[in-house]
Amino acid sequence: MVNVTASENHIEVRELRLSYGVKEVIHGISFDIRRNEILGVIGPAQSGKTSLLRCLNRTIDFTPDTHVSGTITVDGEDVRRVRNVYALRRKIGMVAPLPVGLPLSIYDNVAFAPRSAGLNRKGELDLMVEQCLRQAALWDEVKDRLDSLGTKLSGGQQQRLTIARALSHQPEILCLDEFSIAIDPVTTMRIEDVLKELRRHMTIILVTNLTQQARRLADRTMFLWKGEIVELDTTNVIFSDKPRDSRTRDYVEGIFG
Amino acid sequence: MNSAAGHVLFVETPAVRRKLRQEALAKWVFCAMAAAMVVPLLLIVGYLVVRAAPSLNLEFLLEVPKRGMTEGGIWPALIGTIYLVFISLAVSAPIGILAAIYLNEYARDNWFNRVINLAVINLAGVPSIVHALFGLGAFVYAAKFGYSIISASLTLAIMTLPVIIASTREALASVPQSFREACWNVGATRWQTIKSVVLPNSISGILTGVILQVSRAAGETAPVMFTGVVFFKSIERGDLFPYYLNEQCMALSMHLYTISTQVPGVKESIPYATAVVLLALVVMVNAAAISLRVYLRSRQKW
Repeated sequence: MVNVTASENHIEVRELRLSYGVKEVIHGISFDIRRNEILGVIGPAQSGKTSLLRCLNRTIDFTPDTHVSGTITVDGEDVRRVRNVYALRRKIGMVAPLPVGLPLSIYDNVAFAPRSAGLNRKGELDLMVEQCLRQAALWDEVKDRLDSLGTKLSGGQQQRLTIARALSHQPEILCLDEFSIAIDPVTTMRIEDVLKELRRHMTIILVTNLTQQARRLADRTMFLWKGEIVELDTTNVIFSDKPRDSRTRDYVEGIFG
Repeated sequence: MNSAAGHVLFVETPAVRRKLRQEALAKWVFCAMAAAMVVPLLLIVGYLVVRAAPSLNLEFLLEVPKRGMTEGGIWPALIGTIYLVFISLAVSAPIGILAAIYLNEYARDNWFNRVINLAVINLAGVPSIVHALFGLGAFVYAAKFGYSIISASLTLAIMTLPVIIASTREALASVPQSFREACWNVGATRWQTIKSVVLPNSISGILTGVILQVSRAAGETAPVMFTGVVFFKSIERGDLFPYYLNEQCMALSMHLYTISTQVPGVKESIPYATAVVLLALVVMVNAAAISLRVYLRSRQKW
């Protein structure tokens, strides 16, 4: 059994190193993520943000020639020793930068994960699909056409569909990787409202290129640069006049480089 | 003033005229080459049909060859070709498709898989006469199937296998990687991903690749003449199941070769009619492949 004392760290990362071939992209980072917090992760491209998420749910395994060292624990369990990676991945919802509606109906898009996990009863699935689509603020727009294709939705709707799918396996952790990159500001704000709602029973990792988004949502923010943590502190401090590292201020004020 | 400036802007300078001339020339050259490809086809088909006309009727399809193959029809060869094509593809399609799924979806990039890849590419490049000799050694003698339909079909299967693997891999690779990653992210296994997302969206390409091999298997002479196809085999007219699998059979490609070169005094229109039937068979299969592709593509979902 997992021995979790409430409000302890949900995720602990220790000395995590990751290399693709001979090129090391994450250079031994350590940090904690607390239960039910929103952790903002900011940093320019190539700083290892997406790689970090892929280490967390072990989809890094699908990339050939990668080497990971150090430990990541979720609820005290080392993810790299987890044998049932599918259960691990179901525990972690993942939303990719570009919306991916699977070429299935809207209903099947959301029901895909529960079905993969072995849930097949129609009634339960119906309930689950509705609940997830509601949580993702998409239900009202699609409730009359659940049979139409997920790929036919607009970009913003597909991204909310992606979020509904990520919620469909009832994760405890939700990772959003630059989710607003392909959608308009109004939809972005709607999803941000959804996230504020979800944080009450979920830990959220919000990787974003929009520093203001981290400022709006995150409890704490981590500035990742070239595979190292420049600074990790409460969002107030990161976005204040004097964070500990001057690079942080330069980055969030847009005078970096 | 503006209109004057606009007028100057659209004046044809010598450079512009040269560019337009080159454009027109390029277009006509490309178009002519494309048309040049159609001309021989029309000539061949037209010539064949005209010469074959006296023999082209249903009776010709269903009748057996008579009077030392100088008269009569082509039924034994037609049904033999159908046998060979069906059995060879029944063997090579499942193996080829499943192997391609492994190579494209599961295999990591290591030396073992590079060897498999290399083998597939090289096998696809082996001339059919070499396949024939391999079939003779492997199936007729080593496996003791003798000169039989089964040996000839297996030889054709070996010949079509690498192409089916290659075309299936192509079809699988055309499914965007992001679909797979989305499935993996929600905890689906590779097989669940393949079953529910990858295969439904690549099936049109896979089937097209397989069906195109039908025409190849039907047209090849060399691989079957050494392994199980004979000059003549006496069967009943219109019999749907005339052959046992361990027997020899006739085939259209071989029959065409025989009556054109080996048998004296064949009625003149018969070889042409045989060629037309073979061609029509191939065209029909290709047309079926195309319409199946169009149908499945219209149901494809992105």
